[in-house]
Amino acid sequence: MTELKLNVNGVDHELEVPESLTLAALLRQNLGLTGTKIGCDEAECGICTVHVDGLPVDSCIYPAFKAQGRRVRTVEGLACHTADGGERLHPLQCEFINHCAVQCGFCTPGLMMTAAALLEENPEPDDRDIKVALKDTYCRCTGYTSVLQAIHSAARVLRGEEPLPPREPEVVAPLKTIGHSELVPDIVDRVTGRAKYTDDYSFPGMACGRTLRSSYPHAIVRRIDTDRACTLPGVLAVLTRADVPGKNAHGIVTLDWPVLVGENETVRYMGDAIALVAAETEEIANQALKLIEVDYEPLPVVADPVYAHTPEAPLVHAGRESGNLLKHIKVRHGDLQRGFEEADVVVERTYRTPIIEHAFLEPECAIGVPEGYDGEHPKLTIYVGSQIPYQDRNQVARAMDLPDEQVRVRGTLIGGGFGGKEDIAGQIHVAMLANVLGRPVKLLYSRQESLLFHPKRHATVIRIRTGARRDGRLTAVEAELYGDAGAYASLSDKVMTRATTHATGPYDVPHAKIDCYAMYTNNPPAGAFRGFGVTQSAFAVEQNMDLIAEELGMDPLELRRINAQKVGVVTATGQKLRDSVGLLETIRICDEDLRGKANGNFRWGWREGDLAWGWGVACAYKNTGLGGGAPDKSAAEVEACDDGTVEVRTSSADMGQGLVAVLAQCAAEELGLPYGQVRVLLSDTDLTPDGGPTTASRQTFMSGNAVRHAAIGLRDALSSVLSEEHDQPPDLLRFEEGLVRVNGNSVSFGDAVRLARNQGVPMRIQHEYWGPRTQPLGTGGDMHFAFSYATQIALVSVDLNTGVVHCEKIISATDVGRAINPMLLQGQIEGGIVMALGNALTESYIVEDGVPWSTLLARYKMPSIKHTPEIVSYLVEDPVSEGPYGAKGVGEIPSINTMPAITNAIYNAAGVRVFSLPVDQDALLLALRRGETEVHSAWHDVREIKLHA
Amino acid sequence: MSPRKVLPGVVSLYRERLVPLWERYHTPRTVNDALACLARYEGRARLVAGGTDLLIDMQHVEKGEHPLAALVDVTSVSEMTSISESHDWLHVGAAVTHTSIVNSSIVERYATCLVESCGVVGGLQVRNVATLGGNVAHALPAGDGTTSLVALGAEAEVAWHNGIREWLPVTQMFRGPGISALDSRQDVLVGFRFRSSRDGEASAFKRIMRPQGVALPILGCAVWVQLDESHQVLKDLRICISPVERVPVLAAAVEDSLRGQIISDALIRKVASAARDQLGPRASKYRSSAAYRSHMIETLLNQVLPLAIARARSGVARAEGVGLG
Repeated sequence: MTELKLNVNGVDHELEVPESLTLAALLRQNLGLTGTKIGCDEAECGICTVHVDGLPVDSCIYPAFKAQGRRVRTVEGLACHTADGGERLHPLQCEFINHCAVQCGFCTPGLMMTAAALLEENPEPDDRDIKVALKDTYCRCTGYTSVLQAIHSAARVLRGEEPLPPREPEVVAPLKTIGHSELVPDIVDRVTGRAKYTDDYSFPGMACGRTLRSSYPHAIVRRIDTDRACTLPGVLAVLTRADVPGKNAHGIVTLDWPVLVGENETVRYMGDAIALVAAETEEIANQALKLIEVDYEPLPVVADPVYAHTPEAPLVHAGRESGNLLKHIKVRHGDLQRGFEEADVVVERTYRTPIIEHAFLEPECAIGVPEGYDGEHPKLTIYVGSQIPYQDRNQVARAMDLPDEQVRVRGTLIGGGFGGKEDIAGQIHVAMLANVLGRPVKLLYSRQESLLFHPKRHATVIRIRTGARRDGRLTAVEAELYGDAGAYASLSDKVMTRATTHATGPYDVPHAKIDCYAMYTNNPPAGAFRGFGVTQSAFAVEQNMDLIAEELGMDPLELRRINAQKVGVVTATGQKLRDSVGLLETIRICDEDLRGKANGNFRWGWREGDLAWGWGVACAYKNTGLGGGAPDKSAAEVEACDDGTVEVRTSSADMGQGLVAVLAQCAAEELGLPYGQVRVLLSDTDLTPDGGPTTASRQTFMSGNAVRHAAIGLRDALSSVLSEEHDQPPDLLRFEEGLVRVNGNSVSFGDAVRLARNQGVPMRIQHEYWGPRTQPLGTGGDMHFAFSYATQIALVSVDLNTGVVHCEKIISATDVGRAINPMLLQGQIEGGIVMALGNALTESYIVEDGVPWSTLLARYKMPSIKHTPEIVSYLVEDPVSEGPYGAKGVGEIPSINTMPAITNAIYNAAGVRVFSLPVDQDALLLALRRGETEVHSAWHDVREIKLHA
Repeated sequence: MSPRKVLPGVVSLYRERLVPLWERYHTPRTVNDALACLARYEGRARLVAGGTDLLIDMQHVEKGEHPLAALVDVTSVSEMTSISESHDWLHVGAAVTHTSIVNSSIVERYATCLVESCGVVGGLQVRNVATLGGNVAHALPAGDGTTSLVALGAEAEVAWHNGIREWLPVTQMFRGPGISALDSRQDVLVGFRFRSSRDGEASAFKRIMRPQGVALPILGCAVWVQLDESHQVLKDLRICISPVERVPVLAAAVEDSLRGQIISDALIRKVASAARDQLGPRASKYRSSAAYRSHMIETLLNQVLPLAIARARSGVARAEGVGLG
């Protein structure tokens, strides 16, 4: 312990602390300033940025004693505190809020601190200055467009000018609250550093947990010796397979994933857990892990899904009747042979998409608090940022051999999810450790452990044959898809089903035969990821569309217009579309933006010096809700309080998309309340009813409807009380502006509530909303109750000297049914586009023979602000009859067509078509030099082979 | 059937967050104090400046004993943190940060390529702490700052643990990829010096990156040129293209084919195209094929040579591309 003197946010500190601390650890642990977040511990993501003597630095690798005698400023020091104890937000904080530049909020402190340093040095930054300053400060949610706006706006405010007006998308017919860009209620906490994510919670006596993971991708564990680890002073528990009280398995669909792999059992990927350690400190827990001895009998590795399907491939799960075949998914529609006979042109190609990592900026964290720990914890409680709290509870209970009701899952704020926080991570493990210890235990995954462990986007190989008549009408699609499901099922069945059923694209295709093989391998499991399989098949479908257009000499937009799904069309799964098919309108809008401004001089591709430019188009559709016959329901309750406020409760999760605001808007709209009078409580299995999983773009539709119906129930209850009281028919009552108006008189909402409660009328209404019934694949009928549609057009440049590709602009039109909160919606679209841009241009999670290479964030590049294109996004509101106010899902649709739009644009620019992602500038340039028109390799195919030109 | 082999678990894929990575943290004020401090730990301490490479390597990549007994931070040694100019020589301390170099008008004017190379390293937060000495000590075959130092014909000053302080050509600082001639457990890299560009002289740097994977250049190219009085003849030049060899080197054959020649677009194109076929760079896994690197040699020479020549002719040198590398 040595004395460290430094000034943090204006306060002098003299601390006796170890010299080994990093600045981030000192701030978070010793000073309790948890606004500074740690995203990677590699100086890659930049979200831990703080100022030291005014300069932004990555505090995760900045030794605390390097700051000796210096001034440190953190996000907690951005706002000013006024004499009366109030808080005056920094203009950056205000403008991040006003421009909706905050979604999950986890990276927000880093973005704002980096921007604050910029504005102090340069009061009038242009876009490039901002991109230079924020280049290495990542955000996975927003897509950065709103961040750029917010910073420009804050700069203006700091210069004494008017802020920039927020970019409000146009909506058709806003209601009282619906259709307005209300702010997420806790938004101020997310810009001040007060917002608490799981790792920001601490309990007295809390121990530190760690997980020992496999050393081999496929092996039998022969011996686990924990003796030396157990005797290390400070170690509190070392648990193995035998310590799992209940069923040693978890899984969202199939229980095939062991909680812990025991002796003589099989590890199936390198993320498999073998032992758990709890210790007094992180340091001791790490040492203990090294003292656990494990002997393995390595087995041959199944490294890719096509090989997995061959007879010689070893079995990933021994004893399964269908071997490595997790699921064969089939779509049969019409008469394929006839379809191809009718075709004048047929194109067939094979496409490849890589494993993609969610890279949510908050690594997984769970805290287990044992039963009876204190008055607030009478039962085993898990704190976790999860997309499916009730299923977590069920999975924990099953493994712990407890009834569900004896476990409570309390959802914390989630620092991004994108589908990656649906499976069990540390939830069961902390329950086991807390239970054994009788003390709270925290399991925080490092970024590196997160990269290794959690399910990813499926890598796919897609062969697709498309036929069309001379007039452009599609006649048939035949496709074969292989999906790499990895070691455990997770949601593979569902994800690959979606890839299969959407493999005709959003078109009227009379004949189709599509086969998909979801295969077990020894790669990391694949599961839910924004776009849910459709992202992959769209990459193949939409490039084949452009190939057809080229063969026919037809404009690519025209080809899509001719074939676009519309009301009355029957999909390849036999579903007759009855309403809300806004695809044609999205095509029309994009076309108008694209060609309307070109004054008849439009070209899909052209050259300027050494740059080739091109536009590329792609369409998409994506189901809302689980579909396929799965019972889809969401429960919510709405309780009115005597003070006139209302609380909405459901277990649904907000991982940054802004569900809190959407639900509050639904309640406010129905009850005629000002938006600010509605509170929302989410994700607590003891206090909130089951809203179901936050997946499949379903929560606005499902929980939105549940809240809406509960609020209507509450309004009806109040109406009947008041109509009796005032002797007026209920339909003469009007709920508006926080009042109930009756025949020229009005009572406040709170008075009405008190009146009803005094009469014994319950003011808490729960509603379980069941989505419209759907049918399983293969049975015909409605497989889904709604689809969202989108068209995107990308502008790219290709440097003919280097092969470097830039996406310069995206024009997007998205049919969302109804825009409940337009700016939040725009945030989903912009964020989804940039995420998919990463899938196209920067991202691939590389695994070599079962052993991940992408073990560091430094080896997995997601798009940074410098990649952000200009995004022009339009909303189309073609309402779906069952949706709340006509709304359908929007979470995934923006991430589906960006990849093929970009690769189609590359072709139109440079004359080379890319069939494998991410785009490899190396192969692209070599193809250009060799006069080739197709590239079938990707970045990860660049190996250490001496290849001379 | 032979019994299958049972192996102990040795492959460790992700390294646990190693805490602590070091025990003591020292901030000496002089080079001698730094040397003495390192000597006291007898190899159990390491010198650190920005730490942006070292600490990450210690945490996530390196094997070996942890924690280190101490880190010896040289960023408070004043002679190592200054940029100065005297008698046609520019002196840059080893602990000068990339940001300081980028913001230095002297360096921009007299060693433009160094600003251009330091300006594309990492992001702002990294450049604010990462030092030029760290770039050289890390000894990567394509270190950006290193590439420019080699083209500038720079010398490095080393304070060896045995008390000797000497100036060496910067090219002598490398033993192999990632292997420095220095031992950061006992020696101190003090600073760099090079002749500042005079009339008729200039430099330029560019590199090729890819948006995927590790942020190391596919190829970097720094050029220093000296024109004759007519500005028509390349009197002298130095070119560093990296990575080509295991350590950063001058492209002597390319220099020879240009030295003393009358400048023309055709000459540059011819030399660049010859260099593409001659230099024989290697492939790097997940970074570049050898063929692509060969093409990039041509691309970069065709861009950087004319840029440096234009600067030498005009006497105006504004660094390009800083910040968005």
